[in-house]
Amino acid sequence: MALVEFADFSFKYLGADSLALKRITLTIDEGEYVVITGPSGCGKTTFCRAINALVPQFHRGYVAGNVYTDGKNTRENEVATFASVAGLVFQNPENQLVTLDVEKEIAFGPENLGVAPNEIRRRVEELIELLDLEELREKHPHEMSGGEQQRVAIAATLALKPKVLVADEPTSNLDPQSAETILEIISHLNKRGMAVVLVEHRLDLVAQDASRIVLMNKGRIVADGDPREILAMDLCEEIGVGVPKATQVYKRLRTRGVELGTVPLTGVELAELVQEATSR
Amino acid sequence: MIILEDVHYSYDGVYTALRGISLQIDDGERLAVIGANGAGKTTMMKHMNGLLRPQKGRVILDGQDTKYMSVAEIARAVGLVFQNPDHQLFLDSVKKEVEFGLRNLGFTESEAEQKRQKTMVNLGLEGFTERSPFTLSGGERKRVALASVLSTEPRFLALDEPTIGQDAHQKSLLAQMLTEMNKRGRTVAVVTHDIEFVIENFPRTIAMADGQIIADGSTSMVLSNDEVIERCALALPQMTLAARALRNVFPEVGQRLTLLSELEETIMGILGGA
Repeated sequence: MALVEFADFSFKYLGADSLALKRITLTIDEGEYVVITGPSGCGKTTFCRAINALVPQFHRGYVAGNVYTDGKNTRENEVATFASVAGLVFQNPENQLVTLDVEKEIAFGPENLGVAPNEIRRRVEELIELLDLEELREKHPHEMSGGEQQRVAIAATLALKPKVLVADEPTSNLDPQSAETILEIISHLNKRGMAVVLVEHRLDLVAQDASRIVLMNKGRIVADGDPREILAMDLCEEIGVGVPKATQVYKRLRTRGVELGTVPLTGVELAELVQEATSR
Repeated sequence: MIILEDVHYSYDGVYTALRGISLQIDDGERLAVIGANGAGKTTMMKHMNGLLRPQKGRVILDGQDTKYMSVAEIARAVGLVFQNPDHQLFLDSVKKEVEFGLRNLGFTESEAEQKRQKTMVNLGLEGFTERSPFTLSGGERKRVALASVLSTEPRFLALDEPTIGQDAHQKSLLAQMLTEMNKRGRTVAVVTHDIEFVIENFPRTIAMADGQIIADGSTSMVLSNDEVIERCALALPQMTLAARALRNVFPEVGQRLTLLSELEETIMGILGGA
């Protein structure tokens, strides 16, 4: 059974004149790292909200088709059902933090779901270690930097033991080094077996971690597959997706008849390919 | 013109957010402020539009000490867009949200309507008129927050992280709008982590760390300073990393490769000579 399945799903927000999602059909399996990208307004955020039933149950509107998360129809089960399956992390961690300290923040979700106190304590300690939050234990969330807040928000989300982490541009408010830390954590969680759905514009930061890129435009999925194959397509530039600089250089060289073989995603990969080409 | 003179500020009396900031911004400038999270960038911007007042030092707007001006007076000259649009948006439709500021500044209903429409087109927000801002994505909400300030075209624009959540196309729309306003004489200051956006659009860069200015000058000079890269928690652009990796093997690769076309020609040169 797929972890997440969109079956011909469409959605239009109340008051909107066009569909935010148009006949989306796709499945996400355990262990995948799926990057969702596309121009602003293409439906990425709505896609995330549909995974855990926020669309259509909190954000209401016109709905057609179905989404099954962990086999349960998001139209027929309460939103709370999905809290422990799909964990959402947003752009602004400060909008997500609700309590006054790290331990309470992590315990908040499982307490609300009635998890036993011993088990909650165990999860809190495990997550403090996993996300390196020890030194933040005594700190008020509003004294923390954005990157620290986002680490706490991720820990709070993981405390519900979700099967898939859905992160909607989790690093866009962070300085580049904090962003890197958060992306390393997400990649590490994926390597430990958690499925990841990550919305991101800056593909140079995440393309090398992804097992799959889903390209959206105007509410539709327009491409879905291996990151290198997707980013090599001219469609990316046509719809305004920010292709990594190294991949752009590869494409420019290709139009001039230079084939580097593999599609590079980073500057270092590009340099290696050039070096290989000269030693052939 | 805005002058900050030895500005100090602490939110709680213990942790000092600004420790002696001095700078001058002339009319018609375009500048970027960079720095790690917690460096004091946002605190400094809030001093420019009077939301925060210095605990020591002075902020002088067009020759007048802002100590003697109301927030409303300052806000007419200086428009600030917050980092988090949710701190700014509060009405139930995009139309109301964007027209609110315009109406407050005394524009008639039809003038406000006209300015709103023009700004929304310029920022790629057509079709969102009746939507509630809270159903929009983060990137879209950010553009609504930008539209509500840009539509009033204040003399001085202070934008905190304007490119968050924006794709390549939206970023270039925004850059174009800021450039046009700048040509009409508006001063533009942005806080950003987006180094490519800085390189492409802002001739002057101010780097901050630990509540102080550690560098202030031409963007190319400030960004070639290794201490700035380190203390501002910047990630080196992929172009720079590629150039460095190439230089390790091909010493002829130049030190200053910043443009895509330069890297492309360099590689053509290397492969041509192979």
